[in-house]
Amino acid sequence: MSKKQKKVLMRIICSTIFIIILSLLPIEGYVRFGLFMVPYLIIGYDILKKAIKGILKRQVFDENFLMAVATVGAIILGDYTEGVAVMLFYQIGELFQSYAVGKSRRNISELMDIRPDYANVEVDGKLEKIDPDEVKMGSMIVVKPGEKVPIDGIIVDGNATLNTSALTGESMPREVTLGDEVISGCINMNGVLKIQTTKEFGESTVSKILDLVENASSKKSKSENFITKFARIYTPFVCYAALALAVLPPLFSMLILKADANWQVWVYRALTFLVISCPCALVISIPLSFFAGIGGASKKGILVKGSNYLEILADTKYVVFDKTGTMTQGVFEVSGIHHNHIADEKLLEYAALAESYSSHPISLSIKRAYGKDIDQSRVRNIEEISGHGVVAQIDGVTVAAGNSKLMNQLGIEYKDCHHIGTVIHMAIDGTYEGHILISDILKPTAKEAVRKLKKTGVAKTVMLTGDSKAVADKIAEELQIEEVYSELLPADKVTKVEELLSQKRNKEKLAFVGDGINDAPVLSRADIGIAMGALGSDAAIEAADIVLMDDDPVKIATAIQISKKCLRIVYENIYFAIGIKLFCLFLGAIGIANMWAAIFADVGVMVIAVLNAVRVLYIRNR
Amino acid sequence: MKKTYKIEVDCANCANKMEEAAKKTPGVRDAVVNFMTLKMSVEFEDGADIKAVMKEVVKNCKIVEDDCEIYL
Repeated sequence: MSKKQKKVLMRIICSTIFIIILSLLPIEGYVRFGLFMVPYLIIGYDILKKAIKGILKRQVFDENFLMAVATVGAIILGDYTEGVAVMLFYQIGELFQSYAVGKSRRNISELMDIRPDYANVEVDGKLEKIDPDEVKMGSMIVVKPGEKVPIDGIIVDGNATLNTSALTGESMPREVTLGDEVISGCINMNGVLKIQTTKEFGESTVSKILDLVENASSKKSKSENFITKFARIYTPFVCYAALALAVLPPLFSMLILKADANWQVWVYRALTFLVISCPCALVISIPLSFFAGIGGASKKGILVKGSNYLEILADTKYVVFDKTGTMTQGVFEVSGIHHNHIADEKLLEYAALAESYSSHPISLSIKRAYGKDIDQSRVRNIEEISGHGVVAQIDGVTVAAGNSKLMNQLGIEYKDCHHIGTVIHMAIDGTYEGHILISDILKPTAKEAVRKLKKTGVAKTVMLTGDSKAVADKIAEELQIEEVYSELLPADKVTKVEELLSQKRNKEKLAFVGDGINDAPVLSRADIGIAMGALGSDAAIEAADIVLMDDDPVKIATAIQISKKCLRIVYENIYFAIGIKLFCLFLGAIGIANMWAAIFADVGVMVIAVLNAVRVLYIRNR
Repeated sequence: MKKTYKIEVDCANCANKMEEAAKKTPGVRDAVVNFMTLKMSVEFEDGADIKAVMKEVVKNCKIVEDDCEIYL
């Protein structure tokens, strides 16, 4: 609690004790009035002061002014206890609000706290802690175990395991060694790293992310704008209604009915109106919910660039995926070895040796699958036949590795593969020895991602790809994606998304998920662009509205889930707060609700709305 | 030209009032007050004297909410 809050708390306690004692004492008349003024002034002096200032500045709908009128009015009517109590509860409400908001502000900021405090820079052989902002590009910094990497750079010495959880929400350790690029915000778990910075702090990943998340809640959502407008009308409306309530019914009964005016009753009812007129519960709970939503999402490695995007995301009915890099890993891997008589290992060894001098992605994937060091001295007479494959002498035998054309050329009978991907046929000394299948493999969570999306209420999933129809159809089938469009050029993807956009209804939103590298135009064309695998990709962070820090497509469903929960709470708060207030206004007008009910409508509703808003932070993993 | 200032204000509605007041200040094209991060970002009109405009913004904000602070 801040000093200011503690002071208010003391005042609340003092005046509460005072009121309790006073209500037990049998005192009457001026003495009673005088004694009640003590707790009233203790608790309300600042409100009264602000109210007077407000009058001088002609700010009539200032809540301090309204509270002052309501309580002074109650005291004039002789309801001392109520007058003081309303002021007391109002202050309790304000204190609670400022405490709760301050606390969640800190909590949520902590979630997003990936800001490194210092960088270790070597100066004259000694390490010094320096503000990351002051470290120049190209400097040498040292990151010790347990410390955050402060600035993006390249490792020049040492190796370590990095924890990326602050960025991705996933505690998947990442092994790094000499020559690897490291991203700021990761935590070094072991080992000492010497890093040459490649960026300044302001341009580093961590600063960009912080900047983005901090500014996110400035992009206001529709519901927030609605509430702001509502608040602007609500307070004046209730005040005029109060004025009307104080004056019209008494005049009516006096002049028309020739009955008793009952001024006191109607003025009291008008004062209850003033107590309900403060729109604070509404105004605070909406941005707080969104802020909590954005904070909760970033804890899971999902960066949302604005409250408005959470709103759109909650209405997402169509999800369009890019294939490569989004649903698949975007790297080629050996996914099968078929029809071989010799051992898989041996065949792979021959293939790796034969391809050892090539740097083609396919060759690289074979070498990766082989996984051992290659002794190139075992390989002789390499003959590369462009567009066909390789023939080479390995350990004294002739190995041919290539496509069906190579096999045809060599007159070797081969067996076709019924799996999808690139096939490398292998022949040893003129005999067919099977083939190696290489394909872009699906991400392990791709299938679950589609399933979870459907569970969150996405009506249709679509996949776009530049890949061949056979590959695309098979993947779509495996993942149970409803629609698939293949053999598309990057420009075709934009056209396709536009087509899909025109087909859907206005209220349903379309999200495009890509890796942000070559699909920036599509990301910006869709209602909402989601970029994934953004760890270290500036392009993705720039182009998208929502950024998934890691490569996991399941996070798309998580993001939608968070947005839905956030929006549900926002609507709950809007309906609840407006509902209770209108209800209390109605009861107040007909004289059922007294000032106690009114102060509940004001403070109680706010407390509940704030507590409800904070609930956004807690998202269960389903 | 866009600048962000740290602010101090206690209630959300007051923050909205400050935003409104800042928007109406001559020389300000747009203003957004973020109550959660306690920041005000002001977009100035071309050629506006930022110092003078901000002085006015502070004055206007103080009218609608006496208990606020903008750290220039």
